[in-house]
Amino acid sequence: MAKSSEAQHPQKVFGWAAKDTSGILSPFHFSRRENGDEDVSIKILYCGVCHSDLHSCRNEWGNAHYPLVPGHEIVGTVTKIGSNVKKFKVGDRVGVGVMVGSCKSCEYCKQDLENYCPKHILTYNSIDNDGTRTYGGYADMIVVDQNFVVHFPDGLPSDAGAPLLCAGITVYSPMKYYGMTEPGKHLGIVGLGGLGHVAVRIAKAFGLKVTVISSSPRKESEAINRLGADAFLVSNDAGKMKGAIGTMDFIIDTVSAVHALAPLLSLLKANGKLITLGLPNKPLELPIFPLVLGRKLVGGSDIGGMKETQEMLDFCAKHNITADVEVIRMDEINTAMDRLAKSDVKYRFVIDVGSSLSQL
Amino acid sequence: MADKLPEEEHPKVAFGWAARDQSGVLSPFKFSRRATGEKDVSFKVLYCGMCHSDLHMIKNEWGNSTYPLVPGHEIVGVVTEVGSKVEKFKVGHKVGVGCMVGSCYSCDNCTNDLENYCSQMILTYSAKYYDGTITYGGYSDIMVADEHFVVRIPDSLPLDATAPLLCAGITVYSPLKYYGLDKPGFHVGVVGLGGLGHMAVKFAKAMGAKVTVISTSPNKKQEAIKRLSADSFLVSRDQDQIQAATGTMDGIIDTVSASHPLLPLTGLLKSHGKLILVGAPEKPFELPAFPLLMGRKVVGGSCIGGMKETQEMVDFAAKHGITSDIEVIPVEYVNTAMERMLKADVRYRFVIDIGNTIKSSI
Repeated sequence: MAKSSEAQHPQKVFGWAAKDTSGILSPFHFSRRENGDEDVSIKILYCGVCHSDLHSCRNEWGNAHYPLVPGHEIVGTVTKIGSNVKKFKVGDRVGVGVMVGSCKSCEYCKQDLENYCPKHILTYNSIDNDGTRTYGGYADMIVVDQNFVVHFPDGLPSDAGAPLLCAGITVYSPMKYYGMTEPGKHLGIVGLGGLGHVAVRIAKAFGLKVTVISSSPRKESEAINRLGADAFLVSNDAGKMKGAIGTMDFIIDTVSAVHALAPLLSLLKANGKLITLGLPNKPLELPIFPLVLGRKLVGGSDIGGMKETQEMLDFCAKHNITADVEVIRMDEINTAMDRLAKSDVKYRFVIDVGSSLSQL
Repeated sequence: MADKLPEEEHPKVAFGWAARDQSGVLSPFKFSRRATGEKDVSFKVLYCGMCHSDLHMIKNEWGNSTYPLVPGHEIVGVVTEVGSKVEKFKVGHKVGVGCMVGSCYSCDNCTNDLENYCSQMILTYSAKYYDGTITYGGYSDIMVADEHFVVRIPDSLPLDATAPLLCAGITVYSPLKYYGLDKPGFHVGVVGLGGLGHMAVKFAKAMGAKVTVISTSPNKKQEAIKRLSADSFLVSRDQDQIQAATGTMDGIIDTVSASHPLLPLTGLLKSHGKLILVGAPEKPFELPAFPLLMGRKVVGGSCIGGMKETQEMVDFAAKHGITSDIEVIPVEYVNTAMERMLKADVRYRFVIDIGNTIKSSI
């Protein structure tokens, strides 16, 4: 007979979980493993609310196992370290992102690309090395292998910095991999949400010219005045879109809903690259002619490796890049999820776990 | 004022075969070419390859054909005259002209030797030249082209079997280099074993790749392995074979332009693999995001190559003894050849023996 979530492991943990496909979260008592030799135990202070949390809770990708404790933008303080842990000490401020394990021996792990390891373990809704399910950061504490914990730089605030652990690395990694760091090049960013707004800031720090492409005209002022974008294109304004044809070296597409790629491809110059980061639950339609005639490409990217995640955090600390957040209490999460589904947030909810999650 | 007749437009008498309308039927055609300008190279055409694009264009399948249309953009011959400012070519040189005869020379693409991506690139046939006249291709006895768009063919290469390099060859060579698939030991898949596909196999092998041919025709396996030296062969409709090859390829060059499922091809790619399309199917690809993201994979396109790269490709071919597998035909056979090409009944390129057969066809 399978052990109950509370009895599986020795350490008692309290968090909030979705119990079924409604995705509604509620208090949940469970347990975590004892702190092993390689492990770091973390008291969680803040956890960002990523759109993936919403997709998972509501089983929109069809792979949810309930009860499901989401949360993979975790910031906290170290409470315990295993005997082999040299990189962290008790009291350090640290972060945990989207992964908590990988095989450590494949060609990807060896190149610091744990995120492409076929056996990488996700922070929640995944199976850990001991065969038990992983639970995420909507909880009071977490135990993580030291290789999947990052130092949180002094200059970064815990609440506004938490979203960097998924949103930040998710846009930083493709900018490096696909060569978008040459100052003066023109980057289009589709979607001004959690990923998009951080992408604007990181892109500006790389010296790029940035155009935000959005279906919401009301976001223009924010994009230009607060985030520092150079231009703003309303994606359903045919005239403006036409005027921007063939002007961009790259496009980062952060939109997770199904949408048309053809108009975006036309914005690219020849040899331009469209990198898609969203994970809609239906395929996107990709016309081939523009790819061939203009040697354009469409590529994907999935978070980043651990080394690159640390590099990204240090880069953001150096350039004062944080997310724009709305801090909420744990018991406000369901309302926040409904608002997130309607994109009604500027631009990330972050749960103040430390202050608001209490034993009932 | 009436437009001039093709014969009267220019001072040099020229003769070729042209399609007159969308039926695409080719027949003898008298026209003219410009005098050799100071930067021009004039040459006697000896051979011209028949590209599938010629077939699309004579039937106006892309909607941009101008009639009378003289196709042919795999043109080889011997220089007869050079303009006063020509530096790279002399009378008697073996030369070739491919898909382009002009570009703007000043945009970012042109200054980076990527004339093929210049928005004002001028195609070798059925396009408007700088002087406003229509360009005519290589199914003709003579050719005049700006030296920038002419390549030198080393003496070691046989002219007839080299002609197809000028379109088919560069079309697959360029993406193998650009997308980094030219690394020894890489596993490269080639979809479609026709004019482009068989060149891709030869180039990829010469670059040190392990090559798997992916085809709908099981009867091409013997050829692929024994004659073209491919390392393996996958029948694309055989689910078991496709399944067994999941996640094994660093890159795939897809030469097929008929609509076909692309999702199974992305499955054949390893993580970080690249699916490169050089044929252009009309229907869009239903692209599921997960496999693209989870493996950081890329779907890209490519269209011929710039002039510098085309010369580089010809020199590479000469160094490695790479030519096209061809069926040489007299020009009178051209309409039958087009019908056979439509049915993919050729191994793997028809090449018109212009030098020996065009005069007698007048």
